[in-house]
Amino acid sequence: MFHWLEKNPFFFAVGVFVVIAYAGVIEILPNFAEKARPVKGLKPYTVLQLAGKEVYKKDNCIACHSQLIRPFKSETDRYGHYSLSGEYAYDRPFLWGSKRTGPDLHRVGNYRTPDWHANHMWNPKSVVPDSIMPAYKHQFTNVADLETAYAEAVTVKKVFGTPYGPDIAPGKAAYEKELKTKILPEALKIAKRMKRDDLVKMVEAGKVPEVVALVAYLEKLK
Amino acid sequence: MQSNATLEYDYSIVKLYMWTAVIFGIVGMTIGVLIASQLAFPSLNYLLGEYGTFSRLRPLHTNVVIYGFTVSGIFATFYYVGQRVLKVSLAESKFLQALTKLQFGLYLIAATGLVISLGMGITASKEYAQMEWPLDALIVVIWVIWGIVMFGLIGLRREKTLYISMWYYIATFLGVAMLYLFNNAEVPTIFFSGGLGAWYHSVSMYAGTNDALVQWWWGHNAVAFVFTVPIIAMIYYYLPKESGQAVYSYKLSLLSFWGLMFIYLWAGSHHLLWSTVPDWMQTMGSVFSVVLILPSWGSAINMLLTMKGEWNQLTENPLIKFMVLASTFYMLSTLEGPIQAVKSVNAIAHFTDWIPGHVHDGVLGWVAFMIMSGIMHMSPRVFKREIYSKSLLESQFWIQTIGVVLYFTSMWIAGITQGMMWRAVDEYGNLVYSFIDTVSVLHPYYTIRAVGGLLYLTGVFMFAFNVFKTATAGRRLEQEPRYRSPMA
Repeated sequence: MFHWLEKNPFFFAVGVFVVIAYAGVIEILPNFAEKARPVKGLKPYTVLQLAGKEVYKKDNCIACHSQLIRPFKSETDRYGHYSLSGEYAYDRPFLWGSKRTGPDLHRVGNYRTPDWHANHMWNPKSVVPDSIMPAYKHQFTNVADLETAYAEAVTVKKVFGTPYGPDIAPGKAAYEKELKTKILPEALKIAKRMKRDDLVKMVEAGKVPEVVALVAYLEKLK
Repeated sequence: MQSNATLEYDYSIVKLYMWTAVIFGIVGMTIGVLIASQLAFPSLNYLLGEYGTFSRLRPLHTNVVIYGFTVSGIFATFYYVGQRVLKVSLAESKFLQALTKLQFGLYLIAATGLVISLGMGITASKEYAQMEWPLDALIVVIWVIWGIVMFGLIGLRREKTLYISMWYYIATFLGVAMLYLFNNAEVPTIFFSGGLGAWYHSVSMYAGTNDALVQWWWGHNAVAFVFTVPIIAMIYYYLPKESGQAVYSYKLSLLSFWGLMFIYLWAGSHHLLWSTVPDWMQTMGSVFSVVLILPSWGSAINMLLTMKGEWNQLTENPLIKFMVLASTFYMLSTLEGPIQAVKSVNAIAHFTDWIPGHVHDGVLGWVAFMIMSGIMHMSPRVFKREIYSKSLLESQFWIQTIGVVLYFTSMWIAGITQGMMWRAVDEYGNLVYSFIDTVSVLHPYYTIRAVGGLLYLTGVFMFAFNVFKTATAGRRLEQEPRYRSPMA
């Protein structure tokens, strides 16, 4: 049979494909029959938090931080309750990471405060003297891309049925309204809790610094 | 049928991809040495402002070495090996020849787009699948063109039986196509939001645990179909050619090929042990990872036994040294991987530096050694010149070997040390170490790793110089060498 296959490239290729696709059919597909089900009470990310998640992706925090607490005592002692599948139901993409050069962040919102984060992102050594993490000062001046985050909320609502209210709708006008009524007030609260006047001033001027969005996202991780 | 006349193969596309492999190799590994040094000396994070942090550069390193260096190496060797084992020249079909040029052009565009977008922080953030949808679409086009050329050449072939290397190249094409399409399924946000936001932004088709499963089905098998399958294609061609020895066993190559194809795809979930992925999938991942030793070692042993009775060549020819050590590193890496996939070992190893350590004994010792020896073997044939310097090649071998050994030994120690410290408890069951203790302790190992990386990079520069000098200043050859590559 193999000699024959090696002279008939078409059937050879079909054979290879069947053999490599087989595992996917058995192992990957079944999980999709069950949609990702949220744990009770899980709310989708607000637009500001989504913008923060984009900052998390942009500065690639997953290079060094995981968001997956494994079910060991040593991990639950350090980070809190082990992670549950349903907690990730609105995570597109998942951000588990694969390397802990720094600590896990899946429940960082439980034990760090916005002003701690502000100090830490400005100069990590100010709160952890031996830290090898670089400072992310540019996040204090770069403005977060709220419109793209809003576009993402609209998209996941439409395509995947993520439970956002009627306010999250396509178009510039709906975005401007959400910005004024929800996003900026939420950002202002976070900025005040970060205890830095420059951040508060920027938000009041209608520009949300990246670090404010990022902290809004980190605060959601509980 | 031209029976006896030798074919004039068309190597123009081979040369182009050889050069991009050399250039991307230098760029990708230089970034690698920089980020390795950043972990030991954090002040190096501030060389390029926002664009120079470890976190921003790390995906640039992985993507440039994978999609730049390795994929260039795969294309270069395929266009060389493919023509020769199929006994057909690209010049015989103007259409296919034009397609290869088109593919190269698109590849350069995609590579530029990749470097710029990752530098700016535009990323889908899934590991080794960071590119956003416009680039993903371009990659699909490049890959389809490769498929057309591959099957076009097969259609025109004079040698009816496909040689082992062709099996592996076909599998590379199919495997990457399948996995890439599934894992990069994403929804561009601009089309659903009434034109709001960045045009290149997208969200993953899958959420949470499902996304993780698809991602590591891809992530692991990108390792299979980029770092293993095409590299085996290379060694099955270049080692017998360079040594003048026939492949030791056809049956062993059969067993290894079909075994590898069947087993590899199951093992992806070993990246998700102790996660929220269903238990039975984790167990499948563990079990198949261990079984994977058989086909992996099958290929490696087949290659080592090909040298039977000719071990003297190991001392005489540096290219044989590279290839024999490459298959040895392949054996090391494919034994280490299954060990890490055992759940209890994984509990310690996961999230630590043992993982990058494992990756690098594979990619530095096996993948890059094979690509570089492939390029060195091809150089006298495509440039029709003698290899510029044997002694340079010889020193490169030793410098890089020391580099790899420093790299993985330091990361073994670092990983196990950190894994053990994370879980250490005192007599009352309280954690002994705060997280930062487990970071500070790694400084010496990070330093050793950076030195190992620097040695390896030095070897890459020596290699680049040697290839460049061969192409421009090597002694001209009258005849194509039959087996051993001539070197001055």
